[in-house]
Amino acid sequence: MRFLQYLLTGLLTGGIYGLIGLAIVIIYKSTKVFNFAVGALMTFCALICVGLVVRIGLPFWAALPASLGFACVLGFLTERLGMRPLLAQPILTLIMATLAIESILYGMMVIIWEGYTISFPHGLLPGKTIFIGPLFIPHEFLYAFVVAVIAFVAVGLFFFKTHTGLKMRVTAESHEVAMALGINITRIFSMSWMLAAAVGALAGVFIGNRLGLQVAITPSLAFKALPAIIFGGLDSVAGAIIGGFTVGIVEKLAGGYIDPNVAEITPYIILLLVLIVRPQGLFGEERIERI
Amino acid sequence: MWRPCGVMDETYSEDLAIVRTPEHWMLTVAALGMLALLPFLVSGVTLNTLNYIAITIVALHGVNILTGLTGQITLGQASFMAIGAYAMTMMVRYWGLSFWVATPLAMAVTGLAGVVIGLPSLRIKGFYLAMATLAAQFIVPWMIVNIRPDLTGGTDTMTVPAPTIGGFHLTSQQSIFYLSATIAVLSTVFARNVMRSRFGRAFVAIRDNDVAAEIMGIRVVRYKLLSFWLCSLYAGLAGCLYAIWMRGISVEHFTLHESIWYLGMLIVGGMGSVPGVILGAILIRGLTILVTYIGPWISGFLPPGTGTVIELGLGPIVFGLVVLGFLIFEPRGLARIWERFKTFYRLWPYSY
Repeated sequence: MRFLQYLLTGLLTGGIYGLIGLAIVIIYKSTKVFNFAVGALMTFCALICVGLVVRIGLPFWAALPASLGFACVLGFLTERLGMRPLLAQPILTLIMATLAIESILYGMMVIIWEGYTISFPHGLLPGKTIFIGPLFIPHEFLYAFVVAVIAFVAVGLFFFKTHTGLKMRVTAESHEVAMALGINITRIFSMSWMLAAAVGALAGVFIGNRLGLQVAITPSLAFKALPAIIFGGLDSVAGAIIGGFTVGIVEKLAGGYIDPNVAEITPYIILLLVLIVRPQGLFGEERIERI
Repeated sequence: MWRPCGVMDETYSEDLAIVRTPEHWMLTVAALGMLALLPFLVSGVTLNTLNYIAITIVALHGVNILTGLTGQITLGQASFMAIGAYAMTMMVRYWGLSFWVATPLAMAVTGLAGVVIGLPSLRIKGFYLAMATLAAQFIVPWMIVNIRPDLTGGTDTMTVPAPTIGGFHLTSQQSIFYLSATIAVLSTVFARNVMRSRFGRAFVAIRDNDVAAEIMGIRVVRYKLLSFWLCSLYAGLAGCLYAIWMRGISVEHFTLHESIWYLGMLIVGGMGSVPGVILGAILIRGLTILVTYIGPWISGFLPPGTGTVIELGLGPIVFGLVVLGFLIFEPRGLARIWERFKTFYRLWPYSY
């Protein structure tokens, strides 16, 4: 029974990791940029959402789309001002640029929201913790899980069924080929940053509902999504979600059976193991290198 | 290398010299003399900052060798520093060794840890390697806090005994400045020499294309691990200095944030350049100090009740903007600006 409980909690937490991972994968797939700023982006948007609910008094169903819209604007600005001038630069430059953006966003959050824990008003999401026999399911996580699955399906459909998604996949394959086919790749880049920021914001809002938001801590939660996407494969949408679930479950099992402290670093141990054994991940594409 | 007209090398040793002309020598001696006099000229906060800059320079040389020369991105320099600092402090406290014995041993420990963390670099590179060092950055502080909290003090601050030299305790900022500045100068000379040796050239070859380097007969495995080893030796040394400078260490001092700042300083200074390391460390650490003065001044203009923490947030914002600005407008950093200035003053008043 304990095992089932850990499995369930892990699966539900994994949904959030998967959502964050999805935000990273969307950008990586089309721009080959690895976005370290996702943690700060999602916290920023979630805090905006809290602000809309608490300060302005919007109902949650209106504040959520508004904050997702804000996320799109933020993602667009980030890409336009920070990443666009650095197109096709070496990988260290790109990593450092996203880290610099994370730093700027972090500083802004510290100034605006200071260091306190900011939570959504209690009971914002309808329902309460569900008990099934001895098992309990926090309803906030259940919402997050459902939204993660919906987002995953939606993004999957978007990538594989729509014209724009096709363009994004071509851009991911090769920027030159995409340009030769008449795809406006800079617009694709903008769109993928906006989409990713919105997906990240969604994750941030659900984290905020369950755990509260703290400027110094919440962005670092996003680092737990890194093992998830490395495990699943950097350029795979399905990999992000499956990786998220796996990392969530293993984390909870390790926390439950070995030591609660171990849970903190289990994702990173998984990360190291995956990197050593199978760097491209479960569903990632293996790249063969030429000189 | 660029040299003023009329300077001829007649022997191999002259050709190899770093300091070439009499003017060069005069400038070098004058600069070292200035460094020696500095503790008498400045005081308090400034001296504290200078110590911090010196320690940063030592750590940054390591990052430069690993990331700037060898092209292996590291997001874990602060965790290496933590290993060095904790190893030194524990040896001093529990084994009763003196600082001077414990530091080389701590460096050896850090070097070993660096090689272990560098092992994944044999299989993966670029972004994936950054992930591996990132994992180290999370795992190392966790191990310090959780494995033997009775020895490391867990999350508490562990006090560091002051080192003694001939019965004299190095406790004042001035005495620590002499130690840290000496080590910073020596490590700069060493880094400069690594760069222009066989090792440095092998590192650069691996950075530019490791497959091509291997085909040319460079043992990539050995040199990658050597690079990790050198990087963590520097980090260990910097960690020991940091420990005696702070006189108390906790894992809070060695965060991912610090590691990111080291990379940022390297970008601002100029990758793979020794003057760049020094310039980058001075600029970023200097800006951080400046922000603590400007912050209260800015919040004076804001309505009361807001902007109370503005100096906390301003630091990261300024850092991010500076790094982003350098990436976009001067990717080769301050070192490149310095080179341009040198060319300019050598030819002045002619333009070429």
